[in-house]
Amino acid sequence: MPSGGPQYRKTAGLTHLSTDILVVGSGGAGMYAAVAAARAGARVLLADKSLIGRGGATIMAQMTVASAIGEEAPDHWTHHLADTLEAGRGLCDETLAAVLCEESPLRIREMEAWKVGWAREGGHIKQVTAPGHQIPRCVYVDFLNTGPAVAKTLRGQVARGNGITRISGLAVTDLVVRDGRVVGAVALDLESGAPVTVAAKAVVLAAGGLTRIYRRNSASVNMGGDAYALALSAGAELIDMEFVQFFPIGHLAPRLVGMDPIMWDPFRYKLGGRLLNGRKEEFIENYGASDSGTYTAPRDVTSYAIVKETAAGRGSPAGGAYLSFEHVPESELRAAFGPVIDRLADNGIDLTARSIEVAPIAHYHMGGIRVDARMQTCVPGLFAAGEAVGGANGANRLSGNAIPEALVFGERAGRFAADAVRDERQVWDASAAADALDTLRRMTGTPAQGPASPARGELLSELQALMWDNVGLLRDEEKLTAALARLRTMRRDDLPALEPGGGTFSLAAQDWFDLRASLLCAESIARAALERRESRGAHQREDFPDTDPAQAENRILRLADGELALASAPVRRAPVAKKPLEAAS
Amino acid sequence: MSDAPATATIRVQRGVAGEAPRFETFEVPYREGMSVLDALMWIRAHRDSSLAIRYSCINANACKECMVEVDGKTHYACTARLGTGQVTVGPLGNKRLLRDLVTDIVPPKETLANALIEAKDRG
Repeated sequence: MPSGGPQYRKTAGLTHLSTDILVVGSGGAGMYAAVAAARAGARVLLADKSLIGRGGATIMAQMTVASAIGEEAPDHWTHHLADTLEAGRGLCDETLAAVLCEESPLRIREMEAWKVGWAREGGHIKQVTAPGHQIPRCVYVDFLNTGPAVAKTLRGQVARGNGITRISGLAVTDLVVRDGRVVGAVALDLESGAPVTVAAKAVVLAAGGLTRIYRRNSASVNMGGDAYALALSAGAELIDMEFVQFFPIGHLAPRLVGMDPIMWDPFRYKLGGRLLNGRKEEFIENYGASDSGTYTAPRDVTSYAIVKETAAGRGSPAGGAYLSFEHVPESELRAAFGPVIDRLADNGIDLTARSIEVAPIAHYHMGGIRVDARMQTCVPGLFAAGEAVGGANGANRLSGNAIPEALVFGERAGRFAADAVRDERQVWDASAAADALDTLRRMTGTPAQGPASPARGELLSELQALMWDNVGLLRDEEKLTAALARLRTMRRDDLPALEPGGGTFSLAAQDWFDLRASLLCAESIARAALERRESRGAHQREDFPDTDPAQAENRILRLADGELALASAPVRRAPVAKKPLEAAS
Repeated sequence: MSDAPATATIRVQRGVAGEAPRFETFEVPYREGMSVLDALMWIRAHRDSSLAIRYSCINANACKECMVEVDGKTHYACTARLGTGQVTVGPLGNKRLLRDLVTDIVPPKETLANALIEAKDRG
């Protein structure tokens, strides 16, 4: 029995690989899962439809990573947990949230040992206070380099890991389920355009979020909801799908290239800045939060306030709010952001002379795959990690919790998946993969279709507009019902009518599968949003503006005969008392 | 400012390895400050979704996947600014062409072919 790396065979032109653990997606969660599974002795196949460690959301993270390491000020993970639960508006899965907060320091220390290079000051790791945190708790890598540094560090660990095989450009289109157990996957090899099957004793879904299905988003192209759709289709449950986080101050104008639209977040951490309406007046105070020159108002309140001001005719020219650093001296700007100030100058922006315009942008998905504390779904052999997991952040994610979630949940998913399969036999059943292979071959069997087929792009544009307008920041029954009706038609009639065609690097074929996942996710969000008849956190209903204590429960979705079925479940509570604050030793 | 809708003209190299490259010209609605990638994404959404380009992070210049040649010089499509004149976009000349603007930039240890060789060597 060989150790390390997958086995393969090639029959009838079909490439077949075999591994212990298949990890789908190679952002922070996927790479950490691969490392953890390999160090627990498993053979791992790490697959990404983009390049390993370059696609996804992790690499785009600008700054903050929340971790109660107590270097800047005394802290304790139970206080991080209290802030997380407060932000989550009563819906956090407290078991998952506790795991996230308790293990974040372990992962941050391990990343430090792997030389990620957390910013330091005065001989200790520097930590800043992000909105919603009571203590300076967020570590980062200068300048705006947290994501690239985390991704690079993990790429190095993955490359060194014994028993990890990496495959870039391998797009998993379906999971293969046999007798209720996940036994592998069907995938498209983008370079050749050929189908590939993978037998795996367990699969870890770490393919990130779904914010690309909104018109204004900060997503990478890969974040169309693959993980959620794969999980649903394999029989797993989704939780809290109605909660999409809109980052309040995404860049709006002037046009900025080569910079992430979330970049003003770190500017506000370090320099404060003032958020003003179109009349250059402060306005957050009118919506029950405080923001005067500080950065303390919660994300959901700020997003709501900007949209309401704009709707009332008090928006900035491009339809958002002004963000001003004009009162900050240039020397201070430079000390805080060094070369980033030059990149802004290349874009024609001098922060001492002008304010920029910002507006909410779809940024993160609180909802996701329902797992236990071992990151296992209700389907044997299926695990999830990172943003793909739902529940830990409830109705609103606390700033700085996304990267720890990727690292902590990734490590756990890899470790527990390896434990779970240690005594399992490889089971593969070609007949269980037949339907998925058939679809893949049908969609890639002809040459890529040319100019006659802009319809796929139009369908995605329509989806993004529909989600933004009807299932976005401000929702009501009429808009949600209309969206659901159209989404059902798009999923059942419009999508199957498209024939993208295959061949070498058929982006059209990949688009088709992306769109199939996105439409299922969109319907999940709209369905859950329609059924939640209250406003809470990131879910704001204009027809139900108040929070209803009776609805402090999770909504669970699963697929039954191709249709979404919704049920309620009590929130998983696991009370933890706050412990005394401690300084790092 | 003129009231006429401004457009940018973009010539894009098409075709797979082994074919004679051909060029297609697209008129794209112009917005001040737009990037070459913005234009290519507009073409994919509204004119020809079979156009192949490799990119992931879209605008952040973080993934570093979108390298192409703009008027013969290597650029990231996401940071190369588009003007209202004509621009020609092609694949990297020093990498193996896959399709249209996509070349083989996958590290050798991360390919399916490599995974198969490693598996075979292991028996």
